[in-house]
Amino acid sequence: MAVKTLIEAVNEALREEMERDPSVIVLGEDVGVHGGVFRATEGLQKEFGAERVIDTPLAELGIAGIAIGAAMNGLRPVAEIQFADYIHPAFDQIVNEAAKIRYRSNGAFSCPIVVRAPFGAGVHGGLYHSQSVEALFYHVPGLKIVIPSTPYDCKGLLKASIRDPDPVMFFEHKKSYRRVKGDVPEGDYTVPLSVADVKREGTDISVITYGVGVHLALEAAEKIEAEAVSVEVLDLRTIVPMDKEAIARSVSKTNKVLVVHEDNKTGGVGAEIAATIAEDHFEELDGPVLRVAAADTHIPYAPTLEEAVIPNVDDVLAALRRLAAY
Amino acid sequence: MSTTITMPQLGESVAEGTIGKWLKAQGERIERDEPLVEIITDKVNAEIPSPVAGVIERIVVPEGQTVPVGAELVVIGDGSSLKEVVAGVGEAEPAAAGQEDGASPAAATAELAERVETGATRGDGEAAPKRASPLVRKLAREHEVDLSLVRGSGLGGRVTKNDILAYIEGRGQVAAPAAGPATAARPAAPAAPAPAPRPGVQVAPDEELVPLSPMRRAIAEHMARSVQTAPHAWAMMEVDATALVKLRESLLGPWQAREGFELTYLPFFVKAVVAALRENPPLNARWTEQGVVLKKRISIGIAVAVPDGLVVPVIPDADQKSIAGLAHGIRDLAGRARAGRLSLDDIQGGTFTVNNTGALGSIASGPIINQPQAGIITMEAIVKRPVVVAEDAIAIRSMLNTCLSFDHRVTDGAEALRFLHSVKRRVEAYGPDTPIY
Repeated sequence: MAVKTLIEAVNEALREEMERDPSVIVLGEDVGVHGGVFRATEGLQKEFGAERVIDTPLAELGIAGIAIGAAMNGLRPVAEIQFADYIHPAFDQIVNEAAKIRYRSNGAFSCPIVVRAPFGAGVHGGLYHSQSVEALFYHVPGLKIVIPSTPYDCKGLLKASIRDPDPVMFFEHKKSYRRVKGDVPEGDYTVPLSVADVKREGTDISVITYGVGVHLALEAAEKIEAEAVSVEVLDLRTIVPMDKEAIARSVSKTNKVLVVHEDNKTGGVGAEIAATIAEDHFEELDGPVLRVAAADTHIPYAPTLEEAVIPNVDDVLAALRRLAAY
Repeated sequence: MSTTITMPQLGESVAEGTIGKWLKAQGERIERDEPLVEIITDKVNAEIPSPVAGVIERIVVPEGQTVPVGAELVVIGDGSSLKEVVAGVGEAEPAAAGQEDGASPAAATAELAERVETGATRGDGEAAPKRASPLVRKLAREHEVDLSLVRGSGLGGRVTKNDILAYIEGRGQVAAPAAGPATAARPAAPAAPAPAPRPGVQVAPDEELVPLSPMRRAIAEHMARSVQTAPHAWAMMEVDATALVKLRESLLGPWQAREGFELTYLPFFVKAVVAALRENPPLNARWTEQGVVLKKRISIGIAVAVPDGLVVPVIPDADQKSIAGLAHGIRDLAGRARAGRLSLDDIQGGTFTVNNTGALGSIASGPIINQPQAGIITMEAIVKRPVVVAEDAIAIRSMLNTCLSFDHRVTDGAEALRFLHSVKRRVEAYGPDTPIY
């Protein structure tokens, strides 16, 4: 198996799916001639032609709308939004059209689109190249949301998303693109949606997380092992629909839960996880469900301030220690 | 006022017991039902909880000594007799007393007095109410534990999950049955000290006497009793596991990805055995002088090797579980067995035992029945062999022997072989369409 970066896994998944299924097309700003600002679509236009790898105008509403129309006419479009920060103009198309098509056509139409978008902070992108947007879509019925943490998962999940009959929001943490490397098998495989993955087994505390949170949690788990605290790391991989069975298994094993994500704390995915656990597993809890998340503010440009706002390993460690002592 | 604790009668025909380990030192405070002492007898090993709250005033029998049932072991009182002893050194200011005297025995006595004091303060019930999480309150309800008796080690004296589990486990010890595995239920306790060698054992200079651990002694007693009381009959049958091997190989990747651990053959074997037991009730039974007791529940004991011995934790109602459910159950039990964290419930109620001897490379074995059951089956190593198949051709097949020891008082060869044949048929029926969830 070859060790690849997360961005290479994205590229490989797109190429293989386009080879496998002629109805798969890619569209977005600079995805064609240029190969994407992060090189996610590098070489695809040369290989599959400008009809299947389409450079669009700088208009996210249009990208989403074109993808939805193409999907209703039998194609499987993968739309790239260059930065998740710019997805907001497309919000109306995604929420009012893509998410509702199956429902309002009484099942006669579906909308098999994938909207890919790099997101997240930690690369000094400032206000408009750092946002986490998953919670905005999290609230909307009819959208699946996938956030991979490793290259292996990324390739398998992207392929599964492209083959899914309904709209999938596929968010890739841009800090992970080249920093996270891992084994990626050649050839076809998928990782099922809505199935969480235990990235590390433990007995004392469960960290439920996704995306870069997985790497923070694994590093913290490694460090706190010296203090005789055994941490389990559950990578949700798909945040909607959430793998509640995996959460149940982990909660009933460790009885203490920490949720980690880089998105803001208030109204975030962690709030929903904590509420679900409180509703379904109250009598299995041996401590409060804690959250480590970004402060409720915008991502600052100054590196020191950015570091202060987004969660780091020390924040996770502090929360783990608090839970361990509880 | 003080209470004298004597050597309890830990089972019929038990006449004496050995002090394995004192769990409280002289001068220490003990709560009611808190573990006091480990007693080792030739039948049972048990942790005895204190029947009263108080202070250990005098330990009469030292560790390693064997005394008859009814002999005085320890005196528990309110600590007043200890205070009298140290009164001359200065009751109110123990630290000053230590300085004054300078001698270490006096300092030690002062420290003892201080421990008596703090113990008394904690015991007087005036402290703030115990805080406990929902999980701990649920456990307390289920196990009828008075939380005020459990010492909390969490933030602000909170009773944690581990605190209450340790308390329940300590309390459960006294009811431990004679079965060997019971001793393994204790969490990684320091190896219980061996009882003093019985008089009459001659050890030559070129020999070494390895003292018996409580578990070793219990296994020895258990195995000897089984062989002496139940006439063991033995049979072996050959099973073609080729399709099962293929099935498992096809499942390995997805299973690992979804469940996060390796899928073994054992859950497939257990599934086949429980189905065969359903078809052949006499194998799921127990012998009594009044008649053969047929058991309606099917609960499977799984032999697990642990350091210094063997335990047989039980999957209750194994006939109601899917292969995936069995896999999780086995993994949980084996993991806790190796970590020494089984509870009493985990090792009771087995109706039949499966031993996966093949994992260690064996191709035939003669297991001893785990009393009081009617039989025990071993699943031997899966080996590729040339086999004559239909049309007199020779093919390479993955073959597996399965061996059965059964109690010939309960049933006979015809019934036992019908059972083995059911197991064989079930294992050979595994294929790509077998549901595992």
